[in-house]
Amino acid sequence: MTGPGPIDSVVLVKQVPDTHNVTSDAMTRDGTMNRNALPAIFNPEDLNALEMALQIRERHGGTVTVVTMGPPKAANILRDSLWRGADRVILLTDRRFAGADTLATSIALQKAVEKIGRYDLILAGRQAIDGDTAQVGPQTAEKLGIPQVTYVESVLEIADGRITAVRALDHGTEVVRCTLPCLLTVVGSANTPRPPSARRRMAQKLAATPAEYPSLLAAWPEFGTQEALAAYVRERDLEIPVWSADDIGAEAATIGLAGSPTQVHKVNFVVLESTETRTVEPTPDAIAAMVSELVHEYIVG
Amino acid sequence: MSVNFFLDNPDLQFRLEQLDLREVLELKEKGYSEAADYPTAPRNYADAKDDHRIVLEVLGEVCGERVAPRAAEADEEGARFENGTVTYAAATLDAIEALRQAELFGAMLGREYGGLNLPESVYSMMVEMVARAESGLMTVYGLQEIASSIEEYGDEETKARVLPRFARGEVSGAMVLTEADAGSDLGAVGTKARYDEATGRWYLSGVKRFITNGLADVSLVLARSEEGSTDARGLSLFLVERDETVKIRRIEHKMGLRASPTCEIQYDDTPAILIGKRRFGLMRYAMNLMNGARLAVAAQGLGIAEGAYREADRYARERIQFGKPIRNLPAVARLLLSMRVDIEATRALLAETGRWVDLWKVYERAVGEGGDEVDAAMRARHKQAQALAETLTPMIKFWATEMGNRVCYQAMQVHGGVGYMQEFAIERLFRDVRITNIYEGTSQLQVVAAIGKLLNHSLDPLLAEWSAADYPDDVAAEKATLDELTGLLGEAIDALKAQDQRERVDYYAVDLVEMAALVTSGWLVLRDTIVAEGKKPVARAYVASLAPKVRAAHEVVTRADAAPLEAFPVLLA
Repeated sequence: MTGPGPIDSVVLVKQVPDTHNVTSDAMTRDGTMNRNALPAIFNPEDLNALEMALQIRERHGGTVTVVTMGPPKAANILRDSLWRGADRVILLTDRRFAGADTLATSIALQKAVEKIGRYDLILAGRQAIDGDTAQVGPQTAEKLGIPQVTYVESVLEIADGRITAVRALDHGTEVVRCTLPCLLTVVGSANTPRPPSARRRMAQKLAATPAEYPSLLAAWPEFGTQEALAAYVRERDLEIPVWSADDIGAEAATIGLAGSPTQVHKVNFVVLESTETRTVEPTPDAIAAMVSELVHEYIVG
Repeated sequence: MSVNFFLDNPDLQFRLEQLDLREVLELKEKGYSEAADYPTAPRNYADAKDDHRIVLEVLGEVCGERVAPRAAEADEEGARFENGTVTYAAATLDAIEALRQAELFGAMLGREYGGLNLPESVYSMMVEMVARAESGLMTVYGLQEIASSIEEYGDEETKARVLPRFARGEVSGAMVLTEADAGSDLGAVGTKARYDEATGRWYLSGVKRFITNGLADVSLVLARSEEGSTDARGLSLFLVERDETVKIRRIEHKMGLRASPTCEIQYDDTPAILIGKRRFGLMRYAMNLMNGARLAVAAQGLGIAEGAYREADRYARERIQFGKPIRNLPAVARLLLSMRVDIEATRALLAETGRWVDLWKVYERAVGEGGDEVDAAMRARHKQAQALAETLTPMIKFWATEMGNRVCYQAMQVHGGVGYMQEFAIERLFRDVRITNIYEGTSQLQVVAAIGKLLNHSLDPLLAEWSAADYPDDVAAEKATLDELTGLLGEAIDALKAQDQRERVDYYAVDLVEMAALVTSGWLVLRDTIVAEGKKPVARAYVASLAPKVRAAHEVVTRADAAPLEAFPVLLA
């Protein structure tokens, strides 16, 4: 086995509403999501992708760069990425990115990755828990013109410019080999994401985008002025770079709502209003009748 | 949302906020001068407090997400012993890995060794959370005192070699004191330390028993360095890095704390490094080590209690009897209330103890380093902090671990029959908590350690300060009660001090220590009402429950009835 050189990874992550803990006010009457009702979290499988990138770095050396496209608040998951071990993070934020479907998102990510330049691997979570499309990773690979390996559960080897990975499929696993650079989408069973490091969190508590300096100054008034704070943050390499559509050279027509051909045909708003309960007697006959009814109604089985 | 043992615990967050470490940190952080050299060093007090919060938040997530979900598994699998090798349970190994990834080891070590330079008071909050998550793990994580002792008393070369490995979590420590015939009476230790003139090194031979986490890579071992001596003055403390001359002979099969291996160790001409000065092994170094460990075990008792209370509370909400959740039954509500209030009062006492231990340590160092420049005020403060730390440490060890046992007992009672079954966590917590008031010195020994200082009115300055504070009008009744009880405590102290029969003092010492713990924690809870409206019901309930206990104890101590002592030789002849 020829030892590979250091591996530079780019991890694509997303901040999502916590749809795993849905509350009763999570949806509005018109069928759209009430984003204020659900806490914004790090998309779970993106944490698995980050963990895989960090483990690859531990084995091979190299760097881990984390990119997200989202509103200014998405800086939160970038800080989290730094605290978990990322070397560098980039926030893509611009009003013109808003309303993007998977195509427009993948174009923005493609442009951002191209601006980053050198990379061996791109990793992304298999899918996000808000849209559940699992399309952005594969589409980004297509736009970049690089091969992709989806549903990756583990990396067996990186050598001689190629990666050997295990894909987790419905009825088993598949081992594939692929040339670098390539894009991997990572499944939740791949690993246990490491916790943020207390030491990194202490050392990098002031990591922030320039837009966050006013609130940071409010929290740490001893800096006196925003300029002094900014100088301190920059001196310690803690400024989170923010890239706009212009910065990555994305054409307005290809990104955001303008670049999104996806049309939502119809939203079905299901309201479960039945409050009826039934008591089943604890006898074999009554239980059998209940099971049979549930099967008949396609509720189970 | 993820489970976080810090963020889900408002009282623990309150304690951290209220913990006033200005004086401690000014000295400990050397005027916040390390920020330029270390990225993790705080720039000022607010920054340091924020760091403490960060550490507890990160640890809270590890405890809630990685450790606690596998606690039952860690207990069930337990530590194993095969072919002379001890192995942690898989869940324990994963927990250690998570703590390492979160870079939470080396909590109290100095930054020059890669540590976090945290005060004891914050560290004991960390230990509390770890113990709530898996109390066996606490004996691996909570033995960081060993590294601190090495930092305090070791030589530079040893420190530079060993301490960074502690800070990275690569090695764990053990405190190797006990032998078959030297338990509470450590002065009887027989393990031999031999100085070899030819190599200029020490070698240890002997057998140690009941060694918590005895598989540790780095141990501090108490051994007899002075041939022919028979008491504590012939003992020295040694550092041993485990090699092939260290044999683990067996591990104990215990009632609880099964994830924590308790080892019997044999040293066979094992190379060792002397720590500090000869003959001071027990009296200075091991005592110091144990004081730190006592604070940690107090936090362990508290953490298990927190876990037990939550189990009971949840069960009492879910369990329906007589057509309603059992928490609505007064008999059950009474149990829950007592647990909740006791836990909060104990947490307040633990934090206050930690603060005085911190003050003692920083002034100890300042006085030691200051030479002639140390002024009288600083010496006085140092002396006061020492007296309070030495009173409060055994007191909280006694108090928190007895409270932990009581809370687990009550929590099992809330569960009824199912609590006795292994399917419910309280069964494990009940087994685990039982060791806390035994090891690191039994409750009875803590009373012995505390009583001398108490009889010298060591708590008086604190009690006077608290009595002089301004309290909200609507807790005036509680304030008046505590003033009355403080008076009773003073009377009881004087009565026992005037007692000329030594055995009566020993017999009734426990009642006095209990009284002192009740009065002290009562004031602390009342003091919380100054800043927190929500603490008023806690203070009212707590003072109402402790007042009659203090009055009764006052009667017991001031009478110091000879009847039990006279009955002893007759009844137990």
